[in-house]
Amino acid sequence: MTGLAVYEEIDEIIGKHQEEKTPLLSILQEIQERWRYLPGDVLGYVSRKLDIPSSMVWGVATFYSFLKTEPAGEYVIRVCCNAPCHVNGSVDVLKTLQKELGIKEGETSRDGKFTLETTSCLGVCGVAPAMMINDVTYGNLSEDRIREILALYR
Amino acid sequence: MAKIVEEMKEGTGQKKLVTIYLDGREVKVPEGVSILEACNMEGIKIPTLCYFEGLTPWGGCRICMVEVEGQPNLVASCVTDVREGMKIKTSSKKVREARKTNLELLLSNHPLDCQLCDRNGSCELQDLSYQFGVREIRFPGEKKTYEVDRSSPSIKRDANRCILCGRCIRACQEIQAVFAIDFANRGFDSLVSPSLGLPLGESVCVNCGQCILACPTGALSEVSHVEMVWEALEDPEKFVILQTAPAIRVSIGEPFGLPPGTVTTGKMVAAFRRLGFDRVFDTNFAADLTIIEEGTEFINRLQKGGKLPLITSCSPGWIKFMEHFYPELMENVSTCKSPQQMFGAVAKTYYAQKLGIDPQDMVVVSIMPCTAKKFECQREEMKSSGCQDVDYSLTTREAARMLKEKGIDLREMPEEEFDDPLGISTGAAAVFGATGGVMEAALRSVYEIVSGKTLESLDFYDVRGMEGVKEATVNIDGLEVGVAVAHSLGNARKILDQIKEGNSKYHFIEIMACPGGCIGGGGQPIPTDLDIRMKRIEAIYQVDKNLSLRKSHENPAIKQLYEEFLGEPNGEKAHQLLHTHYLPREKM
Repeated sequence: MTGLAVYEEIDEIIGKHQEEKTPLLSILQEIQERWRYLPGDVLGYVSRKLDIPSSMVWGVATFYSFLKTEPAGEYVIRVCCNAPCHVNGSVDVLKTLQKELGIKEGETSRDGKFTLETTSCLGVCGVAPAMMINDVTYGNLSEDRIREILALYR
Repeated sequence: MAKIVEEMKEGTGQKKLVTIYLDGREVKVPEGVSILEACNMEGIKIPTLCYFEGLTPWGGCRICMVEVEGQPNLVASCVTDVREGMKIKTSSKKVREARKTNLELLLSNHPLDCQLCDRNGSCELQDLSYQFGVREIRFPGEKKTYEVDRSSPSIKRDANRCILCGRCIRACQEIQAVFAIDFANRGFDSLVSPSLGLPLGESVCVNCGQCILACPTGALSEVSHVEMVWEALEDPEKFVILQTAPAIRVSIGEPFGLPPGTVTTGKMVAAFRRLGFDRVFDTNFAADLTIIEEGTEFINRLQKGGKLPLITSCSPGWIKFMEHFYPELMENVSTCKSPQQMFGAVAKTYYAQKLGIDPQDMVVVSIMPCTAKKFECQREEMKSSGCQDVDYSLTTREAARMLKEKGIDLREMPEEEFDDPLGISTGAAAVFGATGGVMEAALRSVYEIVSGKTLESLDFYDVRGMEGVKEATVNIDGLEVGVAVAHSLGNARKILDQIKEGNSKYHFIEIMACPGGCIGGGGQPIPTDLDIRMKRIEAIYQVDKNLSLRKSHENPAIKQLYEEFLGEPNGEKAHQLLHTHYLPREKM
């Protein structure tokens, strides 16, 4: 991902957070929001700009499941796989999504629309099993409800 | 460790003491030390994995757990400081069971093929498994299936054997300030990785190998040249020449059970002769040559207003570091090749011609305390003889293994001499192996050449020792010459930044990538700790003291080399064979 305009935008994002005590995570989050993933050359650029070793930037970028280092689909579906969701059927949720989207965990649909992932606790155990599609959280998932939800995005 | 403990005990005069109870025994230890350090002072060696002398304690492996009265859980002794009145149980049943269980959990995803591992016999995980009486795998877990990273010319990375103790990372960051690796991913997928998940060979790794010395298991080891060397030795068509670095003679005894700091020059020569080398020569010869070339370069820059400070170029880890992180200082770095490469270039030209041998039929093998030398000998610039000047570079560890494979016990060897003429050297070359050595050797020659006077004392104590950055001023013919010595790249950064900011007060700087200099190099026997480094350094100066010739410019073989072949120091032929250039590399 190159081009002057892109780096101008990134400079702007960095500028916004530079004064923070630990600006890296906010910057990565905002870049991710803007381009849906963190391209390698952008990580290198951020590393140089913040004077943080790029191995460390890479460590942060790969630690958080909400940060992505590979291009993702328009909608990233994250299925919670922690204990409460697990006992309430998150395995079936994942199966249904795989069947409906025709992709496996970690893959992106051919039309570039959906990426399917698992994630740690979303903090909504009361409505387990749960998933997120981009910023929206959905709970009490059943096969039918999943189909209805997907229809909103297709 | 022992040294640190000693220093701490010496320092206890000023420090407040606290009373603690170790397994019921009342002891007084300095305030502010960790339980682990306190135990060490009292002769109790707590088992550890992620703890490594000289690095920030991390508390990640949970092997050093101890019981502290009043605390509900066991504590990691490496990251818990002592407090007044603390009652500590260092090996209660609870402690032993916890340690063993934690170890067993580490083993649950560890390959159980110790026989096939580079660290078989020197692995801390293996040792602890034995000590803790692990005789079965209680928790057979999912294994990792990473491909072994062989992309680097120096360092092999097998993430399957990694226990994620982070010692390599801390060595790379805290000692070397290179930051080539860090933890990536999380959970079961956690991994020590270069940036962007790149292979190590494409990263900013400078090949120093300090990570190998820090690694408790076989996750990191050198890329082996052993098989290639065996093959060359077997080949009747090849004339195989050996050069041994200054630091090898004071460390190769260790794998044979000799105490650190034993000088084994004669035995080492005999052993390698028996291994089948056609000539056993000495890198020290080339170290003397380096001093003549680099000394001349320094004098020229000093007298003709060239770029100063001049920085030494013997350490290939430092050179790659400079190419990545300080390319703007490239012109400050001496154009001299390292002794290893000068040796190769001279062997395959001057010596090959002397013997009437085609350099193509000559194989030059080096034994180095270094992993970066493997990278260096493969650099494109290192083909002055028309072919690769140094073919293979073995670490001290690999060389010891070859001797053992052949059934040669170094201890039983007679004392023999290096071959002539590339085996003749002086004490100035000997001290190259220790931090400050190149500077001292250079000063001995530069002083006498410039002033025309004889030095009263050859010993420049100011540049010796384990202090991170050392400095001295030497009056050479009326000029106050400021010199500095840095070892480990973290220390190097300090004086490099001064140059960058334009406020360096030095004329001449020695930089060695590894702590202690070459004697503490990444290719040295494991373990290599502060104590052992200091013993090897003592031995280096002992070698120097025992030699009759102690100044490079008095080496008769070097004089002959210039007369018969090279012409003038820094002359055209010298430049073509003994000097090199550098290239900026990406900072990623």
